[in-house]
Amino acid sequence: MKSAVLVFPGSNCDRDLAVAIEQVTGRAPAMVWHRESELPDGTGLIAIPGGFSYGDYLRSGAMAARSPIMRAVGEAAGKGVPVLGICNGFQVLTEAGLLPGALMRNAGLHFVCRTVGLKVENSQSIFTARYGAGEEIEIPVAHHDGNYQADPETLDRLEGEGRVAFRYTGEVNGSARSMAGILNDQGNVLGMMPHPERVIEAAHGGTDGRRLFEGLLEAVA
Amino acid sequence: MKARVFVTLKPGVLDPQGKAIHHALEGLGFSGVQEVRAGKLIELELADGTSDDQIADMCRKLLANTVIENFRIERMETA
Repeated sequence: MKSAVLVFPGSNCDRDLAVAIEQVTGRAPAMVWHRESELPDGTGLIAIPGGFSYGDYLRSGAMAARSPIMRAVGEAAGKGVPVLGICNGFQVLTEAGLLPGALMRNAGLHFVCRTVGLKVENSQSIFTARYGAGEEIEIPVAHHDGNYQADPETLDRLEGEGRVAFRYTGEVNGSARSMAGILNDQGNVLGMMPHPERVIEAAHGGTDGRRLFEGLLEAVA
Repeated sequence: MKARVFVTLKPGVLDPQGKAIHHALEGLGFSGVQEVRAGKLIELELADGTSDDQIADMCRKLLANTVIENFRIERMETA
C-alpha cells in the first residue's frame, strides 16, 4: 500500500506515524511537505499527523487546512481515498471542512496528556474493522484543543449514521457526547484526538492502536 | 484603508479561556464580574476600494471558524 504522511511546519508526530505505518504495512510512507500541490501517484492512504502546525496560530489547524497540499487531500478524499487525521490532523480536517464541527480548548483548561479509555462505537468502518463493536481500548491523548463541538443536529446525524468511531469512556476534554473520533459521510475520512500510532508495540506500553493500521491495510490492499 | 475584524465565540459556546480570565480577575479581588468572554481582534490594512463583501469573504474563509465563531467588521476612517 502506498501511503503519504503530510508534514506541516510544527508537525511533531509525523515520524511516529510513519514508523507505525511502515511497521504494519511493510512500506515506508512518502513524507509530503505542505507546500506540495499534489500527492504521489497511487497514494492509497493519507495520514495527517499530530503536532502544532503553524504554532496553532489563529486556531489549531486553521493555517494548515488552507495550505496547498490540502486541496489535493480534499480531491483524493472525494474520490474515496482513506484519510486519517490524528490530533492536530483531526483539527486540520475540521478546519478544512472535510469533517463537521470544531475542536475547542479543553473544557478543564489543562493540556491533557495521558492514556484514556475509548469505546469502539462503529466497528464496521475501514479504520475500525479489526476492533469489536463496543470494545473498550486504551490509547493515549496529548492535546490542549480536543473539545469536540458541533450543533445538536450535526451530533444527532453523526450518531444516527454510525459516524462516531470512538467515544471516551470517561471525562477527558469536554467533548460533546464524549466523541473522540468521527467519520465523514462516505466513511473514508476519520478524525480522532487519541494517538493510535503511539501504541503499536508492547514496548510502548500497549498495542491497542495497531489494529487500526492493520484494518486499514486490509481494507486498502 | 483599515478595517478591524472582531471574532467572538457564538453565544452558548463554552469559553474556557474566558472562564480562566474570570477566575483570575476574582483572584485579584475584583468582585462583581458576571461573565468573561474572550475573542480576537484582527486589524487589516487594505487597498482602497476593498468591499465589505470581500472582507466578509476573508472572515468566512479564514479569519473566523463560523462553526463556533461570529465576526463583526468595523471600517476605520482614515484621515
